[in-house]
Amino acid sequence: MKTLVLADHDNATLKETTARTVSAVAAIGGEVDVLVAGLGAQAVAAAAAKLAGVSKVLLAEDAALAHGLAEPLTALILSLAPGYDVLAAPASATGKNVMPRVAALLDVMQVSDVVKVVSPDTFERPIYAGNAIQTVQATDAKKVLTIRTAGFPPAAETGTASIETVAAAADPALSSFVGENLSKSERPELPSAKIIVSGGRALGSAEKFQEFILPVADKLGAAIGASRAAVDAGYAPNDQQVGQTGKVVAPDLYIAVGISGAIQHLAGMKDSKVIVAINKDEDAPIFQVADYGLVGDLFTILPELEKAL
Amino acid sequence: MKILVPVKRVVDYNVRVRVKADGTGVELANVKMSMNPFDEIAVEEALRLKEAGKATEVVAVSIGPVQAQETVRTALAMGADRGIVVEVADTVEPLTVAKILKAVVAEENPELVILGKQAIDDDCGQTGQMLAALLGWAQGTFASKVEVGDGTLSVTREVDGGLQTVSLKLPAIITTDLRLNEPRYASLPNIMKAKKKPIAIKPVAEYGIDPAPRLKVLKTTEPAGRKAGVKVASVAELVAKLRDEAGVI
Repeated sequence: MKTLVLADHDNATLKETTARTVSAVAAIGGEVDVLVAGLGAQAVAAAAAKLAGVSKVLLAEDAALAHGLAEPLTALILSLAPGYDVLAAPASATGKNVMPRVAALLDVMQVSDVVKVVSPDTFERPIYAGNAIQTVQATDAKKVLTIRTAGFPPAAETGTASIETVAAAADPALSSFVGENLSKSERPELPSAKIIVSGGRALGSAEKFQEFILPVADKLGAAIGASRAAVDAGYAPNDQQVGQTGKVVAPDLYIAVGISGAIQHLAGMKDSKVIVAINKDEDAPIFQVADYGLVGDLFTILPELEKAL
Repeated sequence: MKILVPVKRVVDYNVRVRVKADGTGVELANVKMSMNPFDEIAVEEALRLKEAGKATEVVAVSIGPVQAQETVRTALAMGADRGIVVEVADTVEPLTVAKILKAVVAEENPELVILGKQAIDDDCGQTGQMLAALLGWAQGTFASKVEVGDGTLSVTREVDGGLQTVSLKLPAIITTDLRLNEPRYASLPNIMKAKKKPIAIKPVAEYGIDPAPRLKVLKTTEPAGRKAGVKVASVAELVAKLRDEAGVI
């Protein structure tokens, strides 16, 4: 068995989701290589080479690969695919975008959002917003997987893999990068944060969201999350959405503030180690999954909490 | 420009799904079914492009059991021009759906296919990308904004760190994210009108595609449950519990 893991990165830093994917596929057995596709991404390749369990890092650099566009990235992965039995990526925006494209061209049915590797061809994955867990056996000769990284620990940084340069495949030139608007933040990223403070519609406005959620998050060194309702209402940016169709997280501590707890939201956070719910409605479903519940007005509780921390 | 919109019949998003006691799947008998919410957003986007004069025809297609006609009828009531149902007896995987859609694209020659980014039943999130791959078309996934240019399409995508804008050559595939639009409700007159719009019914055998699944479902189980914990009376008590009992701060 030989596995290729597609690294998640921004050309400057390797995302922790990659280290978690490496540890997830370790259960498949055999060699694990990591593919870093980008531009000016040597530091990323060096970081990937340190991950325990990695045999080799493949570094492909090309202008067409600088922004993770699906079409040239697919062409690259396909050029490497013959050497591997398993192709895996974190179920991040890039992994979800590119892996099904790869799978279709290999005539393979992808296994999305793997939460457990049962055996080299059998995997567990959530369906219906995590209300059921399906165990599936992939019968295709090659496996294409995306990994739901929240449930896997990151691989240790004790490795000394070699770095090998590989050529980018010809760009099919179907799409081009125009621009991006990424949130700049010193905070930890949602998928790797130890503590997350999440706000819901009860915050009432983008200003209140900032005014009340941020100080508590700052005190805790926490990442900020939001419910779909809060994102739809414009209180928080889309990349902060936690839930079935947003990010799936499992921090040590998840503080849900003014979030009622729709099943779609619970799907994104119910594997957190400790859940705290702060809500003025004592019958809110969020309390059914919370380890600690505090009923009351968030606008009084949050400033108090910030002082007490 | 003709737009093809695939729509899937799924368990309504408000239904709390129960796993069958024997582990063979989830309980689907007498459960409310609806159009996949992301597909409603796809239909809405296609209709808006038509209303803006960018598209000429909107065709809704569903691959599913005979009842998938209801889902297509919903798309017609929203404003789609006509419908296609490719009838399949059993559950079909995204790879099979993508192959069938490729065949439908060959018949219909749309310049744009708009799909939901994922179906809320199997949560696979694959069909759009797979169809783009099989057609050799560009893909703009997780779209939150779409603008039609001259032979190109500008798509703003929801990505991990925020938003990314890409330009796609037409023909192309778009998959919708939540913020793309707010789908309309079908008005009563439009529901009546939709009853007269044509739906072509085609058996899957017509396309010569093997619908056999590649993933063997061994079992379906309830996820590990979470018990409700305790209610605390004050912020001070909460902080003490987090510090001393849970040890997470």
